[in-house]
Amino acid sequence: MDFQGSVKTDCIAPIWTVEAEGEDWINIAGSCREQGGRLVSIWGSEAGEGFFVQAAYVFPEGMLIARHPAVEGQYASLSDLFPCAGRMQRAVYDMLGIDHGGADKRPWLSHGMGPSFPLRKNPLPDQVLSEKDYPFVAVEGEGVHEVAVGPVHAGIIEPGHFRFQVVGEKVLRLEERLGYKHKGIEKQFEGMTVQEGAGLAGRISGDSTVAYSWTYAMAVESVCGVKPPERASFLRGLFLERERIANHLADLGALGNDAGFAFGLSQFSSLREDILRLNKQIFGHRLLMDLVVPGGVSRDLDMDAKRRIFEECEIMERRVRDLREIYMDHTGLQDRFLTTGRIAPELAAKLGLAGLAGRASRNAVDLRVDHPYSPYDRLEVVMATHHGGDVAARVSVRFDEIAESLRLTGLMLENLPEGQISCELPRMSGCGAGWVEGFRGEIVVFLEIEKGRVRRAHAHDPSWQNWPALEFAVIGNIVPDFPLINKSFNLSYSGHDL
Amino acid sequence: MYRILREILKNGIKTEPEPSPDSSLRVSEPMDAEMLDVLGKSLAIRHVDAGSCNGCELELHALNNPYYRLEGLGIHFVASPRHADLLLVTGPVTKHMEAALKRTYEAMPEPRLVVALGDCGRNGGIFCKKQNYACRGGVSGAIPVDVEVPGCPPDPEAILQGIISAFRA
Ligand code: SF4
Repeated sequence: MDFQGSVKTDCIAPIWTVEAEGEDWINIAGSCREQGGRLVSIWGSEAGEGFFVQAAYVFPEGMLIARHPAVEGQYASLSDLFPCAGRMQRAVYDMLGIDHGGADKRPWLSHGMGPSFPLRKNPLPDQVLSEKDYPFVAVEGEGVHEVAVGPVHAGIIEPGHFRFQVVGEKVLRLEERLGYKHKGIEKQFEGMTVQEGAGLAGRISGDSTVAYSWTYAMAVESVCGVKPPERASFLRGLFLERERIANHLADLGALGNDAGFAFGLSQFSSLREDILRLNKQIFGHRLLMDLVVPGGVSRDLDMDAKRRIFEECEIMERRVRDLREIYMDHTGLQDRFLTTGRIAPELAAKLGLAGLAGRASRNAVDLRVDHPYSPYDRLEVVMATHHGGDVAARVSVRFDEIAESLRLTGLMLENLPEGQISCELPRMSGCGAGWVEGFRGEIVVFLEIEKGRVRRAHAHDPSWQNWPALEFAVIGNIVPDFPLINKSFNLSYSGHDL
Repeated sequence: MYRILREILKNGIKTEPEPSPDSSLRVSEPMDAEMLDVLGKSLAIRHVDAGSCNGCELELHALNNPYYRLEGLGIHFVASPRHADLLLVTGPVTKHMEAALKRTYEAMPEPRLVVALGDCGRNGGIFCKKQNYACRGGVSGAIPVDVEVPGCPPDPEAILQGIISAFRA
């Protein structure tokens, strides 16, 4: 990376910003693709008299956020270089009415039931579209029929619509329609104090509450130019790894269950409950919500709590190892897992498959390893990867990551620094960003703060990259395997719909 | 097979007693006691997520783990609203989910019960602290509600108590 005029932010993660006028916008994207980097997020904002579009890339050296003026409300589409840009650009249009110049002009997050361009200072009046107006791509031919599922599904699961084109049992094509959970989060952020915003950030996607509140706190801290105390960083790491373990346990249980192995669900869900109960006893919240706050953390840990977490880790390590052997030796289970929902490494690289799913398709990206900051810079995290790209690979990566997170938990407890758990934040103005490896993949929060209040907040969930990839993963599989494949990705609807 | 059995035996029975009902959670007039009794003997629940952050879903999943005696109480989750006695709703009711929520409710046979879950289900919670263009702000704005369970998210025991309070006075 070598960009004239790029400025390093005050973030503990390596993040730079650059003003990209004219051709620079597309040139930066091109050189990112060339250097094997990735596009993380695209968002827009309104400032002064005009609109801006911003894109966050990851180069080998770190993250670069490019800001580009949308002259006459237009900018050049990045979707030819990065396929994952497509939906993000459509969402930018829905929120602000900035035109991406790409081919697909269909709305994405907007279902035509509220004001047009709600993130503008002056949104346009309500539009009325009906759900029937959304043009799905149709597949025609002998024996092809369409199966429409959702938004309400047959289980305890978030809402979204899936349109399958099938021949017999076999899926020819899947098209997703999301946005049902759109709850105006980015607009709600506007005008909140940075402290109020922390609560909302922790509820962008409840399963990643620690990851989001940490990312948000990091963004605030980078605006204020402060670093949290070391003890707070270690506690944040501890919370994040507990969140990762709990989510992976839940997924492993559910995957067993979806393949007809109810034993797996009851065993893993009990283990998960043990973790959540200990969370409640020690930290006061089962899911660890509201524990990471700008400036540090809100709860400390005493000797007794430390001992209990140690003990729990020991039991957990043994139990998960036993269960892994059972999963591996179970022919019926392996029969359902192997070769199902495969994304080959080449395709994964092209689509920019993120996080855990990416690592299971040999896309070796893990922020804790690539750009470690406190506490990870002292832990030597070992990345779990797999070349399989199928459900079995995603199961295997989860098992590896649980073992690694248990090891990290032990290390963090042993080396927990003494001292404060939070620090004062000066009331500042400016832009900042945060970047954290959640259990699903990398989460980014971008903030503009004016005198201690949020002017613009943008949150990015790795599900943006992986939802389109899911459409590829199911091709050629049978419809009844869809729940299994979907679960193996475990993507967030809420974090995506915002 | 041997290892599976060993694992099951080693872990034993986790199940705990259920909480007692709490009438203060009710927000509607209870229906006929005899009718409630019939519903409560085998209660089928349909869940609809009307825009939650997915935290409430995590606790609903937890409610199905072996610690909670859900099936033992005759309570189970079903796939179709046509089979359901009780509708369990999470989230602040986004405008985009409102129609689907109403349709699910209308598809249920009568008599039917509705439990609104979490601070979001009650009044929109954290998402509706101020005017929100995308949310209705609570389940009772869209369909009639019988019981409201506070919490963000309510833990499984509180959810179970809310469900029990819907059919046991
Ligand atoms: S009540 Fe809390 S946990 Fe439940 S959906 Fe709302 S924000 Fe999420």
